[in-house]
Amino acid sequence: MNRSTLDLWVGIFVTIGIAAVLFLSLRVGNLLTTSNAPGYRLEAAFDNIGGLKLRAPVKAAGVVVGRVERIQLDPKTYQALVTMKIDKGYEFTRDTIASILTSGLLGEVYIGLDSGGDTQMLADGARITKTQSAVVLEKLIGQFLFDKAATGNSK
Amino acid sequence: MRLDTVAWGLRRIGRGTLNSVTRLGFASRFFVSVLVHSPPAFRRINLTLREVYFSGVLSLVIVVVSGLFVGMVLALQGYEVLNRYGADESLGIMVALSLVRELGPVVSGLLFASRAGSAMTAEIGLMKTTEQLSAMEMMAVDPLARVVAPRFWGGIISMPLLSALFATLGVFGAYLVGVKLIGIDAGAFWGNMQAAVDFRVDVVNGFIKSAVFALAISLIAVFEGYNAQPTAEGVSTATTRTVVASSLTILALDFVLTVFMFRGIGSR
Repeated sequence: MNRSTLDLWVGIFVTIGIAAVLFLSLRVGNLLTTSNAPGYRLEAAFDNIGGLKLRAPVKAAGVVVGRVERIQLDPKTYQALVTMKIDKGYEFTRDTIASILTSGLLGEVYIGLDSGGDTQMLADGARITKTQSAVVLEKLIGQFLFDKAATGNSK
Repeated sequence: MRLDTVAWGLRRIGRGTLNSVTRLGFASRFFVSVLVHSPPAFRRINLTLREVYFSGVLSLVIVVVSGLFVGMVLALQGYEVLNRYGADESLGIMVALSLVRELGPVVSGLLFASRAGSAMTAEIGLMKTTEQLSAMEMMAVDPLARVVAPRFWGGIISMPLLSALFATLGVFGAYLVGVKLIGIDAGAFWGNMQAAVDFRVDVVNGFIKSAVFALAISLIAVFEGYNAQPTAEGVSTATTRTVVASSLTILALDFVLTVFMFRGIGSR
């Protein structure tokens, strides 16, 4: 086999190999929109975050507007401190309520943002003060049973 | 009498251990000397290109076809299970994660070992048997630089590309079956996949895996070929050893790498 045919085939091979790497990074791994997107950070403290994980979506009206970037425990208040990265272009009012929600009964846990009527907007690094914790199913069932027992006794 | 049997058994274990340690030591020294002799292989780049052609381009067909079929079967089987829990939209996640993290590097590694690794060993072993390597040494041409290093680097260049190609074709095959045949929504298929697959954790780690496997397969293939007994039987033994040893090495390395790369991902 002469040199130019060889070069051609190796060229084709390497090109489609690199195309496959790019496909995996961009189309499957979604490199462009997840890690390099510019944005700003918001904080929120929750009593209980349930099954919230890093990289969980932050949604407003069902639209993904950001991702959870860091979760840590506040050593003073014993609350979970969640740092969210919100995509550039989305702004939220200062009286926004952040709540931890679950899509479906077994679905992924995400943070829902509900904007209020305030005229001032949350800036980079601001803390969302109004939060609603995750609904823990076990606690709910326990409470239900307890209420049932209490009403049963009073009768 | 009893003591003799015990001593015989212990002696066998001892000899086996010493032999494998010696072989490992030889392989490591061989690896270093291949690295030392690599610059000439890159200076005469057409030697390496030729090997990329033989180990990469000629493996294209088998890798492309098996990638496509693995993806399609994965989609069919995955749909069967996911459908029971009403989670058929997660098919994209399942297929992409299993292909990018595990099946891409491992299956293409096994294919590469049997398609290209065995050929490398047989070629070098036959060169040794027909005394071509000795002839080169007589002409002051270093066979490590002229024969071994180009094959080694050709394998290392080809294998990660083949692995990426395998995963890509697998995802495409799953798309064909999942979206076109079964009728899952295309938006949900790609969207869920993109939300779940992380570039650094999944794609980069999968690529690192395939690069490590490439190193292991190429080294085993050239080592076995270069150290083959210079007989017809020796070459055939060496070829078999290459396929068996590199397959086992791939599986063992894969377990170790997976423990380091993906342990605790779900609990973050």
